[in-house]
Amino acid sequence: MTSFSMEHGLILATIIFMLGLIGLLSRKNIVFILMSVEIMLNAAGLAFVVAGSRWSQPDGQVMFIFILAMAAAEVSIALALIILLHRKFKTLDADAAHNMRG
Amino acid sequence: MNALFYIASVVAIAATIMVITRLNSIHALLYLIVSLLSVAVIFFLLGAPFVAALEVIVYAGAIMVLFVFVVMMLNLGPQTVEQESRWFNPKIWIGPAALSAILIAEFIYVLISHGRQNLDTRMINPKQVGFSLFSTYLLGVELASMLLLAGIIGAYHLGRRKEAVFHRYFRRPDALYERLHPKEENKIDENGLKAGDKPLSKTNVSGMKQKKSERGEL
Amino acid sequence: MLELLWMVPALPFLGYIILALFGGRMTKGISAAVGVGMLGLSALITIVIAISFIASPPEGYLFLQTLWKWVDVAGFSPAIALRLDPVSLVFIFIITFVGFLIHLYSVQYMEEEDSTWYARFFAYMNLFVGAMLMLVLADNLLLLYLGWEGVGLCSYLLIGYWYKDPANGAAARKAFIVTRVGDTAMAIGLFILVMAFRTLNIQEILRHVPLVWPVSSQAVVITALMLLGGAVGKSAQLPLQTWLPDAMAGPTPVSALIHAATMVTAGVYLIARMHVIFLQAPEVMTIVGIIGALTLIIAGFSAITQFDIKKVLAYSTISQIGYMFLALGVGAWSAAVFHFMIHAFFKALLFLGAGAVIYALHHEQNMFKMGGVKNMLPLTFWTFVIGSASLAALPLVTGGFYSKDLILYLAFTGEHGSKLLYFAGLFGALITAVYTSRMVFLTFYGHEKTHLHNRPGPVMEVPLIILAVLSTIGGFIELPGTLGHFPLFSNFIQNILPSPGSGEGHEGIGTELMLQIVAAVVAIGGVFIGYLLYYKKPETVQNFKQTPSGQSLYKFWLYGWGFDWVYDTLFVKPIDWIAQVNKSDVIDLIYTAIAWLTRGFNRMFSFTQTGRLRWYAMGIAFGAIVAITIVVFL
Repeated sequence: MTSFSMEHGLILATIIFMLGLIGLLSRKNIVFILMSVEIMLNAAGLAFVVAGSRWSQPDGQVMFIFILAMAAAEVSIALALIILLHRKFKTLDADAAHNMRG
Repeated sequence: MNALFYIASVVAIAATIMVITRLNSIHALLYLIVSLLSVAVIFFLLGAPFVAALEVIVYAGAIMVLFVFVVMMLNLGPQTVEQESRWFNPKIWIGPAALSAILIAEFIYVLISHGRQNLDTRMINPKQVGFSLFSTYLLGVELASMLLLAGIIGAYHLGRRKEAVFHRYFRRPDALYERLHPKEENKIDENGLKAGDKPLSKTNVSGMKQKKSERGEL
Repeated sequence: MLELLWMVPALPFLGYIILALFGGRMTKGISAAVGVGMLGLSALITIVIAISFIASPPEGYLFLQTLWKWVDVAGFSPAIALRLDPVSLVFIFIITFVGFLIHLYSVQYMEEEDSTWYARFFAYMNLFVGAMLMLVLADNLLLLYLGWEGVGLCSYLLIGYWYKDPANGAAARKAFIVTRVGDTAMAIGLFILVMAFRTLNIQEILRHVPLVWPVSSQAVVITALMLLGGAVGKSAQLPLQTWLPDAMAGPTPVSALIHAATMVTAGVYLIARMHVIFLQAPEVMTIVGIIGALTLIIAGFSAITQFDIKKVLAYSTISQIGYMFLALGVGAWSAAVFHFMIHAFFKALLFLGAGAVIYALHHEQNMFKMGGVKNMLPLTFWTFVIGSASLAALPLVTGGFYSKDLILYLAFTGEHGSKLLYFAGLFGALITAVYTSRMVFLTFYGHEKTHLHNRPGPVMEVPLIILAVLSTIGGFIELPGTLGHFPLFSNFIQNILPSPGSGEGHEGIGTELMLQIVAAVVAIGGVFIGYLLYYKKPETVQNFKQTPSGQSLYKFWLYGWGFDWVYDTLFVKPIDWIAQVNKSDVIDLIYTAIAWLTRGFNRMFSFTQTGRLRWYAMGIAFGAIVAITIVVFL
């Protein structure tokens, strides 16, 4: 009944993913970096749902649920880490924690 | 329906661009919620109402609320916006944008070159999803549950304030000094016991109380 | 009763395990009781088995006892199986019985050691006997090789028993390494046999060799040579004899055990056991005979010059094993086994007697510092004289005469024999008589030079008496044709080993009598020469020793014909030199280079580790671009 194609859905997912990537690479603030990661995860989920919809199978949606669970766990840990970082360095600059350089 | 898809797409892209360019993190979060909501609309159009609902409830609801809490807890002042504007200048984002543009070009080329694949947007109802989730992907569900458990424990562990742990030798601030310069009544006798030896001194007890009140703040 | 066979090797092993595990906490009395008791039981069982074996021989004079399958790989499945036939019966009898007497003797001889060392001594001795029993009872060559190596290991442990002196450790290593040369040859021989027959079962190999390999074919000659190499190494024959004189570094009972019951006779056993292979390779048989003849003469000359009583005995062992090899070389299998048995008796007796003297004189081994011991230790003297008479093969009354005479007779008349080997043996007999009498005269006669320190007790004297009796009457179970023709022993052995195929029939009894008279005259003459040179007119020898040529000859013989020097120059020095030159290890440079390269890469890549999150993300994105580009456009 609808006539938009799978390509359009996937292109949308790609664009959102790449915007997330740009955010990840260009922001210094660790909260924004985390948000960018969320954007990218969401885009990946979108790609799964689009692909699942192409074959009218529920598997794409199942994958999205897994991504959702993973994102929830990841966000909780990452936010705790942000709090630790802020407590230790009094800043949100991700580059402040570069002591593990080689 | 077609138009709805493209409108939602445009909203999603625009909102996402706004997310990555905002200087104030709360503003960015609000735009992110808009972006997620528009993706939820697209899910609905694709015939996946269940995940559309999940997107709204879990993503735009729970996870984003978590973000908001943290941003509020960090209690960032207005000076952070100036700092952000210093950090975020074209010199920094032009490189990633170029890289991403290349990647987008490649993806679009790949997708276009494979020809048009029509979507079947028949609705897949929650029952089907649930059936698939608890039959084919049962192991995945178990693993996800473990992952979430690990997330809970990890977040708790990382978030709590650490108590400073001292060796019993240094429990009391003046203990080392006393050991090195024993007073007459504190001289260690043959049994290794001091005349006035008590397990805890007053300062120590009050120190612990202080720590507890500190912990209460969080 | 034959089913008890497995207990014969199992008991010494059990003793070893008990002593090794709990020896440190045992008193000397308990250690000795375990060590001697296990061997005593083993000897007792052996005697029971021997009686029932002789009374009702199993079919084909062969009793097999398969305990369990050892391994099973690609059709090659050696079993842990024991094999009892007349030859192995004689060997296990000697090993357990003489071994038991030596253990009994050690109880007093080693009493000065503290209890841990005492237990260690008996543990090693038990293991030694156990390994040797495994060797002779083995049903297949792999098990035989296990015992073979076990014997080598124990010899190392026991020669280096007093390891706190580095010289003893060096002697132990020498014994181990020199025999290892032979062992390697033997291992190659076993590989050839496995390749050819797909089995190491002795019975199978002996059955198939004549069918598969024609006489003097290349394969059989090489196999025989390789087995001979192993035998030569273990039995201290030319050219691998150099370890045995140094092996005297161990305690005297160990020497007795190595020389009489275990270790050095393994080579004789191996050749007798694999006789079919050697019969298919007559060239190698000749080599065996020549090696035996050369060894017995060379070792005899060396024995004349030694001043250490134990080294005289060591060289005499080399020489006597030379006789056994001579016998094997002429196909006189039963004579070799017979000489092994008599030799075990009198050589154990001589070593234990020498040990008693050494013990009594507080570890004095130099014969020139002894003298007059005859009056101090009359019993030791008389038993030692009996043993010496047997070694010198004095006619009619000694066991050594019968066994040596049999070898000489068969060397002269046997179908594989030759006159040359006979004369070498005869000459060796003369030398043997000379050095034996020299040893007796120097040690026991003359005036006393050292004081009595300890007196050997009954535990040391009883084994001496038993062995003296055995080395005398042992000869009477095999009487030659001239003296009633009573070849009990040969008949027993020839159930399993072929008869030498002598020309007994057409040579006639006259030849035999003549040869015996010659041998007797030679032995008595040798003793008389010894009496003249070392008792009556010792100044003759001393004067000769003073002359330059005498001096150099003396040195040459004293140091065992310079074999050590030759090996040192040929093998040790060049390797030493290479090691010196290659101190910095050329090959190591390759590995250093690899390490250097790795470190370089490490530095290069650690430079990229900035610790900045976005830098890494950039890396991932860039990598993704490259990967996707490759996948899509290439």
